[in-house]
Amino acid sequence: MIATFQAALSDADLNQLRMGLVQQVVKFRSRAVIVDVTAMDVMDSFASRTLREIAHMIRLRGAETVIVGIQPEVAFAMVQLGLTLEGVATALDLEEGLAYLNERFKITN
Amino acid sequence: MAKRESSTQDPQMKRTEQPSELLRELVAHLRQNRTQLREEWVVRISETRLLTAMTKEEIFAEATSVYDSYVEALETEAFEALQAYARNLSERIIPRGVETHEVVGIVLLLRDVLARSLFAKYQNDFKKLNRILDAYEPAANRIANTVAVGFVQERERVIRQQQEAIRELSTPVLQVRERLLILPIIGVIDPQRARQLTEQLLRGIRTNRAKVVVIDITGVAAMDVTVANHLVQTVEASRLLGATVIVTGLSPEIAQTLVTIGVDLGKMNTVGDLQGGIEQAERLLGYRVASIPEPR
Repeated sequence: MIATFQAALSDADLNQLRMGLVQQVVKFRSRAVIVDVTAMDVMDSFASRTLREIAHMIRLRGAETVIVGIQPEVAFAMVQLGLTLEGVATALDLEEGLAYLNERFKITN
Repeated sequence: MAKRESSTQDPQMKRTEQPSELLRELVAHLRQNRTQLREEWVVRISETRLLTAMTKEEIFAEATSVYDSYVEALETEAFEALQAYARNLSERIIPRGVETHEVVGIVLLLRDVLARSLFAKYQNDFKKLNRILDAYEPAANRIANTVAVGFVQERERVIRQQQEAIRELSTPVLQVRERLLILPIIGVIDPQRARQLTEQLLRGIRTNRAKVVVIDITGVAAMDVTVANHLVQTVEASRLLGATVIVTGLSPEIAQTLVTIGVDLGKMNTVGDLQGGIEQAERLLGYRVASIPEPR
């Protein structure tokens, strides 16, 4: 399942997304979710925490999460604030995200 | 210098000229005598051994355009145009090795040459001379100022440009294999350079779609806590872009600094030397290096 985040998501939007995504994972019995944040040109601590929580909740459902499309400037700003998305898989873009999941599933199958 | 009377205070004077008339008169004089005044100026320039980096022909060519711009600035008082001219001139002569004191020197020489010719022309009318100088001096001083400032601004711009070029050159991001980047760092890293390094690397990761980056710091003697933090941040930011970072060439001193700031070296991927780092990177990328058998 691929979820694309738009730019400038409010805190309320993020909360909704978190609930919505996990529900979708359950409904479609997805084995993996790719969250594409290419359009996000800023990532604050709330957004960052929400992403980690999404990944955590999805893992509890037995599925993988990969965050893709973090822009160089955003990545730089994030690490300066100490937001490292630790424990969450990341990849450059959609293509890389799919390649990563391919590898993972080859191994676990 | 004796204080000069203002022309309007003397009731016995014949009709006194407006300042603009005086200016026009003096500009006309300077234009009429352009050839010999310019010649005199060029002679003075070589007497005082200025502009030694330029040939006589070059000096003459530049002198002509400077003289004309000088007189025009006196006439029009358009000092922005003069400053633009000065920056333009500086752009031409700075690569020739001309220095600030030379530029200031020749402008002041021109001011003197022109002033002397005014003394000569009005030597029989001291009061008129004073009025002419009242018009000339502030304008001439402003010109000297404007040209000097224009020159210095151009020099500073060139220096900034060179510094930027040096910074870029000294942190090259090199692609050595598909998806593998190397960033060899040599010399002193200050926080500004560290920041530039990180930005360049992250851009490079995205452009080259790199999955592994080897940062080699063999050439870095010492790193303070701020810069060590930058290194850690670079590693973390690279991960957010999906790239693994291998740090090679860690000296014992730098390893100590990293431990001091609380970096878990177990979590940071480090290898002793660059060669080992590249080999590990290749393994991570699934490469295998085999030697080609000798042809029989």
